[in-house]
Amino acid sequence: METINSASTEKLREFRSQIERPGMRSIIWIIFLTLLILWGIYALYIQISGGHVVTGMRDNVVWGIYIVNFIFFMGISYAGALISGTLHLFRTSWRKPVIRMAEFITIIALFIGPLYILLCIGRLDRLSFLVLFGRIQSPITWDVIAISTDIFGCLIFLYLSVLRDIAALRDFTELKIPKWRKKLYRILALGYTGTQEQQVRLKRATDIMAGMVIAIAIIVYSVLAWIFSVTLQPGWHSTIFGPYFVIAAVYSGTGVLIIAMWLFRKIYHLEKHLTRKHFINIGVLMLVLAAFFGYFTFSEYLTKWYGSQKNDEQLIHLLMDKYFILFILSNYLGVLMPLIVVGIPKFRTINMITITAVVVVIALWINRYLIVVPTLESPYIPIQDFRPEWISYSSTWVEWVLTLGGLAAFCLFFTLGARFIPIISISEDQDRKGEIL
Amino acid sequence: MEKNKKNTPRREFLRTGLLAGAGAFAAGNLLSSCSESSKSGKKLKLLTPDGKLVEVDASDIKPSEEYKLQAREGIPGRKFVMVIDLAKCNNARKCVEACQEGHHLPTNHEYMKVYMMQDSDKSAPYWFPKPCFQCDNPLCVSVCPVGATYKRTDGIVLIDHDRCIGCKFCMTGCPYSARNFAWEDHEEYDGSIVYNPESSVPGQEGTVSKCVFCADRLRENKLPYCLLACPMGVIYFGDIDEDAVTNGSETVAFSELIRDRSGYRYLESLGTRPSVYYLPPVNRQFPIERGYDGLDEEIKDRYKDTPYAKERG
Repeated sequence: METINSASTEKLREFRSQIERPGMRSIIWIIFLTLLILWGIYALYIQISGGHVVTGMRDNVVWGIYIVNFIFFMGISYAGALISGTLHLFRTSWRKPVIRMAEFITIIALFIGPLYILLCIGRLDRLSFLVLFGRIQSPITWDVIAISTDIFGCLIFLYLSVLRDIAALRDFTELKIPKWRKKLYRILALGYTGTQEQQVRLKRATDIMAGMVIAIAIIVYSVLAWIFSVTLQPGWHSTIFGPYFVIAAVYSGTGVLIIAMWLFRKIYHLEKHLTRKHFINIGVLMLVLAAFFGYFTFSEYLTKWYGSQKNDEQLIHLLMDKYFILFILSNYLGVLMPLIVVGIPKFRTINMITITAVVVVIALWINRYLIVVPTLESPYIPIQDFRPEWISYSSTWVEWVLTLGGLAAFCLFFTLGARFIPIISISEDQDRKGEIL
Repeated sequence: MEKNKKNTPRREFLRTGLLAGAGAFAAGNLLSSCSESSKSGKKLKLLTPDGKLVEVDASDIKPSEEYKLQAREGIPGRKFVMVIDLAKCNNARKCVEACQEGHHLPTNHEYMKVYMMQDSDKSAPYWFPKPCFQCDNPLCVSVCPVGATYKRTDGIVLIDHDRCIGCKFCMTGCPYSARNFAWEDHEEYDGSIVYNPESSVPGQEGTVSKCVFCADRLRENKLPYCLLACPMGVIYFGDIDEDAVTNGSETVAFSELIRDRSGYRYLESLGTRPSVYYLPPVNRQFPIERGYDGLDEEIKDRYKDTPYAKERG
C-alpha cells in the first residue's frame, strides 16, 4: 500500500491546493457559471411554457443551433475518447499530463450534448416513448442506443483511469477536505491497494476499455452523421458523411483539448507538466486532422458543385452568397490556419497554437451550422406560400442563452471535476520506473 | 412537463371513456343491468366528417383510443389516388381555405399549399397545388423513432398526435416539405374535441401534422374538402384499383386520364412513389396572372421571390 502511493504523495502535495478549499477567484468563477446556467434554465422555461415558437426554428428550418450544438458537443466528446484511447493504447510517453483532460472533455461533453437534442423535441413529456414505442428502423433509435452505450463505456474508461488517483487521494491523510469527501474517495477506490494482481487486472481492463471506447466513438459519430445522410436532402444525402463527421469530431476535440491545456496551465501553473512539446504534439495531431478535414470538405463540395445537379447548385449558390463569409471562415480559415501555424516551425509557440485551436473550434461550429441550416433552407420544392418570416432561420435569444448555458455547464463541470480529481494524472508516472503499470 | 390545459378535458374523457368501457364489459359479463353505463350526462364535442362540431353524450361515441386503433387500419380494399390537373388551376386558394377550416387549422397553417412553379428560365410558370403525396415508400415513416406516423393498406400516411414526440425528423425526411409543426398552442386546437387521427383534429402543440387525404371523410364515402371546394375542378380523387377518379362533376378512368393527358408524379426520381399524380399544364384555361386576382397583399407577397414575379417587377 505504501509502495504504490508513496511516489504519488509528493505530486499530491503539489496539487493539494486544487483539491482542498477553493479560493476566492474560483468561487466567483463558479458563481458566474451557475448564474449563466440559471439563465439558461429560465430560457428553457420560456421555451416549454411558450412553445417552440420562441425559437427561430420553423417549418422549413426545423432544426437550428440546438442541433449544431448537439453535433458540436458530441464531436468534442468522441474526440476526447479517441485521443485518450489512442494515446493510452500506443503507450505514448508524453500522454500523461494530457490524457486526464481528454477524458474529462469526453465525459462532460457526452452529458451536455444530448441535452441539446432534447431541446429540439416538441413533447418532452413523451420522452419515454423512445423506449416504450422505439422502432429500430429509425436512426434516432440507433442514436439513443449508441449514445447510451457510449456514456457507459466512457464512464467505465474514465473511472478505471482515475482509480489509482482516487486510491492515492484516499491514502493521502494530510489532505484537508471534509469528511464526506474522504468517505467518498474510500468508497470509490474500491479497496485498491496496488497489489500485483490488482495492477495486472486494472491494466487489462483499461486496455480493453481503451479499445472499446475508440470503436464506440467511431460508431456513435457515424450514426449521428447518418441521421442526416439517410434523408434525401441535397446537402445531407452524402455517402462520406460518416467518416467526414468522425474526422471533424476528432479535429474539434484536439482544438478543445489545446484550449483546456492552455487554461489549466495558466490557472494552476502547470508549466512544469504541460510544456511546449505537449502543445506541439497535439498541434501536429490537429494539423493532420486539419488536412483530412479539408480533404473531406473539398470532395464534398467539389462533387456537388462540379456535377451541379439542380438542388446541389441551389445549395452551393446559397453557401456562396448568403453564407459566404461563414463559409470562408469555416472551410478555408479553419483548415489553412493549423496547416500554416503548426506546419511552419517558426510559428509554433504555445500561444499561437492555442489561438489556432480557438479558430478551429469556432470554424467547426460554423461548419456544422453550414451543414444544417442552408440545407434546410434549400429544399427540393422551393420555399413559397409561406409567411415571409418563416422562410429563413434566425436564431433567437432563447437559443443563444441555452447555448451559453451549455458552455457554462461544460466549464462548471470541468472546474468541479478538477477539484475532485487532479487534472494531471498523478499515479501514472510510476510506469516509467519499469513497473507493471 | 408541459402544461396544455386545453388537452385536459380530452385526457379526462379518455380516462373516463376507458373506465366506462371497462365497466360496461364487466357489467355485461355479470349479466347485470347495463343501464348504469348508458348515459353519463357528460357532453363532448365531436367533429363530423362534414366538418361540423356536434355535442353528444360521452357514452354515445367511441373513445379516442378506438379511433386511433381504427385509424391504424386502412379502409379495406381501397388504394386511394389523387390527380391534380395543372391546366385548370388559377390559385383561387379555395382548397387551401376549405382544408384549413375542415381541419381546424390556425391562419397561416396550411396542409395544402399552392406554389408558382417554373421549371426553367424559358419555360412558363404554372400554379401547383401540393397536398401530402401519401408516398408508397415514405421516408417520413421510416425515420419516425416511435411509430407515430405510419402507412396504411389504403395508401394513406397518418400521424398519431398523441404518440408524436415532436422530434421533426420526419419533416427533414420528407423531400416535399409536406409536413407542418405546431410551434405554439392555438385556440383552434380545441382539446375538448375527441381526437381522431383520420381527421387530424384537434392539432396539438409540439407535434407534427399534415394532409391526411381526409381519411375520416373517406371512411364515410365522402370526398376530401379540397376537391369539393375547388371551383375549377382541378382535383380528382379516387381508387386506383377501381381505376376511377372524380373531381365532383365528372368521373373518369384513372388510367385513361393519365395516359391521355401524360400524367406524371412530381420528383419521381427520388423513389418515394407518391399517390398524387399531376397532369401537365397544357392548353391552359387561364393566364398565370389570374392567380393573383383577389389575393390579399400578404398572400401575393409570398410569391415575390419567384422568377416570374421578379421579372414582372
